[in-house]
Amino acid sequence: MSKLHTVNKSPFEKSSLDACLQHVLDGASVLLLEDGVYGALRGSAAAESVERALASVKVYVLGEDLKARGFGEDRLINGISVVDYAGFVDLAAEADAVQAWL
Amino acid sequence: MSATIKKFLYLNRKAPYGTIYAWESLEVVLIGAAFDQDVSLAFVDDGVYQLTKGQDTTGIGMKNFSPTYAALGDYDVKKIFVEKESLEERGLTLDDLQHLTWEDEDEDYAEKDSIALVSRAEMAALMGESDIVFSF
Amino acid sequence: MPIEVNGKAFETDEEGYLANINDWEPGVAEVMSKEDDLELTDEHWDIINFLREYYEEYQIAPAVRVLTKAVGKKMGKDKGNSKYLYGLFPYGPAKQACRYAGLPKPTGCV
Repeated sequence: MSKLHTVNKSPFEKSSLDACLQHVLDGASVLLLEDGVYGALRGSAAAESVERALASVKVYVLGEDLKARGFGEDRLINGISVVDYAGFVDLAAEADAVQAWL
Repeated sequence: MSATIKKFLYLNRKAPYGTIYAWESLEVVLIGAAFDQDVSLAFVDDGVYQLTKGQDTTGIGMKNFSPTYAALGDYDVKKIFVEKESLEERGLTLDDLQHLTWEDEDEDYAEKDSIALVSRAEMAALMGESDIVFSF
Repeated sequence: MPIEVNGKAFETDEEGYLANINDWEPGVAEVMSKEDDLELTDEHWDIINFLREYYEEYQIAPAVRVLTKAVGKKMGKDKGNSKYLYGLFPYGPAKQACRYAGLPKPTGCV
């Protein structure tokens, strides 16, 4: 049973990302999108918990949302992969279920 | 025309695109600029994300309004305060933000910086001395 | 109501501004000005083109005082004043010229 978790809120505005990371099971995937992409950036106060989670879950970020906000892949925490909308669909299709953290 | 000039502070605390607040604030600032008041803009918390360089919204199908911040100088909005601690918490520096300027007509259109980096304490003081704070 | 330009229909809003800025072509300004009984000269086109460049750069239609100031900087004080601009566009330089330029109604105009 492998789930895809989506987080679309900024980690500084809401606790969605932290709540998600504290509940994901090993082997699950987490996709950061919309304002959630700020959680994928290196050097922020939110980065540490994401870096810790990367040991047991896969973390993705939606490239379109990252670009819209002015950040390139070079600003991402190491180990996070970029997907586009088609990749998002693939992740959702491959997962047994999708769980959204609003 | 009112004789008393009031100090207006537009307080921006939201990231762009995820919600409508950032764009709404910008529109209100541009409309409000017609009334000769003492206007300051503050970018605090996620609001600092509004000013990042290189925004490209073609992929998300939304209007990229980041170029509009560069028009603020034309609207006589010359005081833009960015909170240092908010940038640092997000792993950002002033270099990640647009370089916003205004042109001094009296000095042959000399370009002057609009953005000032201030500490949280200075930001608190700025809020304290404002007559009216518009929160976005 | 849509306006017709060279056999093509262009969607407009209730105030006559073009619905989609990317639809614009010079014929739009010609048709709109004809409806206002105004003949477009090079001086009109300078302002219309200036507005399109301004929008391209800043993604907004400037308010009239901003337009006046910006025209003054680019084309000189003899053109960057209300008298000159209202002479060209009697319905208001920002509102009328923006409409001809295919821009939305200026931000800061009521």
